Amino acid sequence: MTSSGSNTLSHWSTDRLLLWLLRGTATLAGAIVLLIVGFLVLEALPVLRHVGIGRFLTDPSWHPAEGLYNLTPMLWGTLFAMVGSVLIATPLGILSAVFCHYYAPLAVMRPYRKLIELLAGIPSVVYGFWGLVVLVPLIGSIHPPGPSLLAGIIILAMMILPTIALMADASFAHVPPQYVRGAAALGLSRWATIRGVVFPAAQSGLFTGVILETGRAIGETMAILMVCGNVVQTPHRLFDPMRTLTANIALEMAYAFGDHRAALFVSGLVLMGLIVALVAAADWISHGRIYG
Amino acid sequence: MTGKLVVTGASTLAPLVAEIGKRFERLHPAVRIDVQTGGSSRGIADARQGLADIGMVSRAMKEDERDLSAFSIARDGVCIILHQDNPVRALTDDQVVAIYTGKIINWNAVGGRDAPITIVTKAEGRSTLEVFLRYFALKNVDVKAHVVIGDNEQGVKTVAGNRHAIGYVSVGTAEYDAAHRVPIQLLPINGVAASTENVRKGLFPLSRPLHLVTRTAPSGLAKAFIEYAQSKAVHDLIREQYFVPLVD
Repeated sequence: MTSSGSNTLSHWSTDRLLLWLLRGTATLAGAIVLLIVGFLVLEALPVLRHVGIGRFLTDPSWHPAEGLYNLTPMLWGTLFAMVGSVLIATPLGILSAVFCHYYAPLAVMRPYRKLIELLAGIPSVVYGFWGLVVLVPLIGSIHPPGPSLLAGIIILAMMILPTIALMADASFAHVPPQYVRGAAALGLSRWATIRGVVFPAAQSGLFTGVILETGRAIGETMAILMVCGNVVQTPHRLFDPMRTLTANIALEMAYAFGDHRAALFVSGLVLMGLIVALVAAADWISHGRIYG
Repeated sequence: MTGKLVVTGASTLAPLVAEIGKRFERLHPAVRIDVQTGGSSRGIADARQGLADIGMVSRAMKEDERDLSAFSIARDGVCIILHQDNPVRALTDDQVVAIYTGKIINWNAVGGRDAPITIVTKAEGRSTLEVFLRYFALKNVDVKAHVVIGDNEQGVKTVAGNRHAIGYVSVGTAEYDAAHRVPIQLLPINGVAASTENVRKGLFPLSRPLHLVTRTAPSGLAKAFIEYAQSKAVHDLIREQYFVPLVD
């Protein structure tokens, strides 16, 4: 990429063609992101201009029809659901990949992997429906009302589990076999090999998996909308109902107009900001080596 | 038939009128129906000033709106639903208000079991919410909800999955689901049973007419469109939007 100008092959017309083709597709991919951000800003601008950014943080509540626009409870809701589900799904996913890769007998390994892939392919609305008719009544019988942060965390954890499990599995497969053989030659036990050799070697892949699952947890809408209760409040306990930013948009978009509609675009902007923060944090923690 | 009709007004009616418009355009390819929202008051104002050919109004016409010609095309009815196992069979209007504002929090205060009430309400902007709030003279800020739902089916599922829940959904959905063995019951309001039949006759209190209005007696394209919107050919569209057609 850096040497494309001085490349000795670049005077070949097919290469030139390829270069421009690649430049075109890269521009397109970048432009899509910029267009979306631009569109969000454009749509949110009217309400940002005459209501002000501050009121999205300081208003007493979210009642857009009455001109009250506080988004913070939903920001907390999104963060709590995300953190909770990632904390549950990450160890489960990584350990299930360890089992699949290093402990499972060959007869179990392949069907097990297929099973996890299947889990990844189930549409979110199916998870949501199951949550609504099974999980929510179950939680409701333990501690009413039922739709709650807890239900959201459990559903989200189930949905993002295959993401991290498959990513971990793939990154274990990329650990050079001589590392594992070397560890075996040193007489290390299987678990010591995994902990001391495989995990450090697969680190960047595991990290990418965590980023991907976190992104999915933030962006999930349909299932969350069905099980969380959608009451706009900062949840103080696991059994409190709450609303995420994505659910807020999906719930109200169809019937919103004017400032209300623009305020929903502000929700979108906040979500976008959250994703940017996530990617930036990931980049910073891994010193730019995530995709290495 | 050729030309363009501008229809503005109630956001409740806009999705229905847009669907009717699409079907009308298919029948008359040279016609364009342009539907814009902005509330019932905009529908009235635009029709009066001639900015729109037809206004959409999602309530009964007022005394001072007699100058406009109004045509009802459907009714919107909302009913209160409980789980079938809930022994409560009726609630007074005051009890409903007390429950939704958090003054009554246990079913035993209204003759039910000793169990906390789970309050289900609709998300901001939904017409069902609007009908509910207006009838009970509530403000959305005062509603103390445990679950906020989007569409009617989600409301029915939520109440069917929680023995101690109270919710409100459109009468059409509730009646259909109750008839298909979903464990919910429809509460009467003021002694009037909640049914599409009573909504159609205008007997059910928690309901409202949906109107199309014009400044003068409609003619030409506007007349044809209004007649089409009142005809049986669009009853399926009306039911799809959970409204009740006026004649069967």
